[in-house]
Amino acid sequence: MSQTVALPRSLELPGGGRLPRPGSVDAVSLEGRAAELAKRSIKRESKLFALDLAIRMIDLTTLEGADTPGKVRALSAKAQRPDPGDASIPSVAAVCVYPSLAAVASRALSGSSVKVASVATSFPSGQAPLEVKLADVRAAIAAGADEIDMVIDRGAFLSGRIGQVYDEVVAVKEACGDAHLKVILETGELGTYDAVRRASLVAIAGGADFIKTSTGKVSPAATLPVTLCILEVIRDVYDETGLVVGMKAAGGIRTAKQAIQYLCVLHETLGVEWLTPDRFRLGASSLLNDLLLQIRKQRTGIYRSPDEFTLD
Amino acid sequence: MGAVEKQHTEVAAPAAWDYAPAPEAREIVSFERRYGLFIGGEQVSPRSRSWFPTISPSTEEPLAEVAQGGQKDVALAVDAAREAFRTWSRRKPSERAKVLFRIARILQERARELAVAESLDGGKPIKESRDVDLPLAAAHFFYYGGWADKLEYAFPGRRPRPLGVAAQIVPWNFPLLMLAWKIAPALACGNTVVLKPAETTPLTALLFADVCRQAEVPPGVVNIVTGDGSTGAYLVREKGIDKVAFTGSTEVGKAIQRELAGREVSLTLELGGKAANIVFDDCALDQAVEGIVNGIYFNQGHVCCAGSRLLVQESIHDQLVRKLKRRMATLRIGDPLDKNTDVGAINSSAQLERIAELVQSGVDEGAELYQPPCRLPEKGWWFAPTVFTNVAQSHRIAREEIFGPVLSVLTFRTPDEAVEKANNTMYGLSAGVWTEKGSRILWMADRLRSGVVWGNTFNRFDPSSPFGGYKESGFGREGGRHGLEPYLRFE
Repeated sequence: MSQTVALPRSLELPGGGRLPRPGSVDAVSLEGRAAELAKRSIKRESKLFALDLAIRMIDLTTLEGADTPGKVRALSAKAQRPDPGDASIPSVAAVCVYPSLAAVASRALSGSSVKVASVATSFPSGQAPLEVKLADVRAAIAAGADEIDMVIDRGAFLSGRIGQVYDEVVAVKEACGDAHLKVILETGELGTYDAVRRASLVAIAGGADFIKTSTGKVSPAATLPVTLCILEVIRDVYDETGLVVGMKAAGGIRTAKQAIQYLCVLHETLGVEWLTPDRFRLGASSLLNDLLLQIRKQRTGIYRSPDEFTLD
Repeated sequence: MGAVEKQHTEVAAPAAWDYAPAPEAREIVSFERRYGLFIGGEQVSPRSRSWFPTISPSTEEPLAEVAQGGQKDVALAVDAAREAFRTWSRRKPSERAKVLFRIARILQERARELAVAESLDGGKPIKESRDVDLPLAAAHFFYYGGWADKLEYAFPGRRPRPLGVAAQIVPWNFPLLMLAWKIAPALACGNTVVLKPAETTPLTALLFADVCRQAEVPPGVVNIVTGDGSTGAYLVREKGIDKVAFTGSTEVGKAIQRELAGREVSLTLELGGKAANIVFDDCALDQAVEGIVNGIYFNQGHVCCAGSRLLVQESIHDQLVRKLKRRMATLRIGDPLDKNTDVGAINSSAQLERIAELVQSGVDEGAELYQPPCRLPEKGWWFAPTVFTNVAQSHRIAREEIFGPVLSVLTFRTPDEAVEKANNTMYGLSAGVWTEKGSRILWMADRLRSGVVWGNTFNRFDPSSPFGGYKESGFGREGGRHGLEPYLRFE
């Protein structure tokens, strides 16, 4: 299977892949545009639409050293039925856990539409030999993961060993088989939007199905401008090759208001075709209850007590 | 591998996501049925006994009646300013500063009300009046308030003195902001003013009269005389003025200069433009597209420094135009009071006719027209965002100021050619350069004959930055320390 993508008008990459014009990003203007889109005022039915969509896009996540099978089972139940009192609330897209708990999640979600996502490749640092990372991936898949969230080796990227980053993505993609591959750039460690753009291109050329901003372990995690930056890369790649790549914004998205801002950036950058969990995800945990609260508010005009929504 | 059943269901994207209307509350502003002239600190009925309605360009609904200032009215206003000058010019500079600071604070406090009034009367989107016009107007008063007691330091050893009565005529594209650009430096330097707002957008100036009352501006220091072009002509001819500051069309600017020939009245003119927005192939492309859109569709293109000529390096022409057209399709056109509106109404039917006529000339001369699919409201005056490709330097749409949401795309091959084409115009107000190379921005800025050169941005303003033109775009600078000089004489 050929994972590398042939792109026209391209630069050669070590390892034989080809990228579109790397191009550059102007930080001031990028942040200005993101701030402008954040001011969109989404009301009434258009807001309800966004809140519902945001739930369907969530990768409900727990990535703690203290994670237990009990915690993951509770999260999996919440993922399938976010509001036990309201059958109209959709399930989330996936549950995201460590490989050691992928089997628990897989059993708990069996038969449902909710996918099992597992981080892998020595998450969150990615500082391990490639063989260890690949073993991590295989173990997660064997445990039933549908989606693999890998981290790139930021040390390699920042020291200029771009080819190594690319080779690792290719190797992980191969180990994934049919599983969906999300490549975490950890944008908070890359320093510039130019670097984010280049890393995105490397990941896409290596076979990423999704670009994911962050592990959630580094601050800043996802931001609106960095999301816009990645979406613009995805748009360029789609324009030049027709290849569809998805994106996951992860970390720091806690409120419905923020989620709607991300959806506005997505909508006005890539269009309505990207407004599906197949092409965009929100990695979050506490966001879900705020979405439920806001949906209830939109429907009834009243803010309910947070205790009406389950904590899992 | 565990025998786990996996479902692979594709989730279809929705057909559309329409944003529900999100209008700013209109109730925050209430207009009087009829406004008189603001002379000597009072609202007075015009001696001309004539009034005219001001109309909202987005709905064609009359908002209020305003006075048509006649010759007598203008003379009274100038007399009031003359009288007030005697005390205002001798006032302790730090006391003058206080008045300016008070105006700035009140503009901030009443920002929402004034922003709604501006969008109603002028047609510009609320997000622009709220985020650009009002904050900048207040910033100008804060900035020049700071200079009021430091003029000696601004011009060391030159003993600056106020001029006297300044006659100020402002256009309809940024009614309140242009008022601030004019009034703030004039008052800071110790002058008094008679300001004539544009015929189609007098309301925020009249609300500003109330701001002056609140800020305890002494009677006669600021006078506001509404009316049409004839009122402006009376004002310029009036004997008691010492200074004319005009922002508007090149045609009227020339007429004013002829009128003032041989008189001891100083003059600054800020006139039209046909700015080149120059895009090199190494630029940050998506951000350049944002800058191009901001350059020409900001305020419906009713901007004298609008980037109305896009000069794009030929090697990226197709890619850039493709990106630009897609971006244009996301522009939201409609109700100026809707917080999600990007492009509002054309200011007047006369302006709409002029835009339509020039666009037709572009089609007739063989340029290729593109407008994104968009539904324009039935009532009011609207024009879809427009881009012309295949434009030649000789086409009217590449030479004449359209003052509407119409962009002409031309190409160049080398930096030298870019400079040559950019300068090949009768105007010289502004230009934009988009490149990753800082040194090239400076190289271009040295060679471009325009008062403002923006690097990797466009239409960005700050009170501390001087603004003004070359050639038929006028002379004199507004903003910054430079903006004090036209309101001073030196002993």
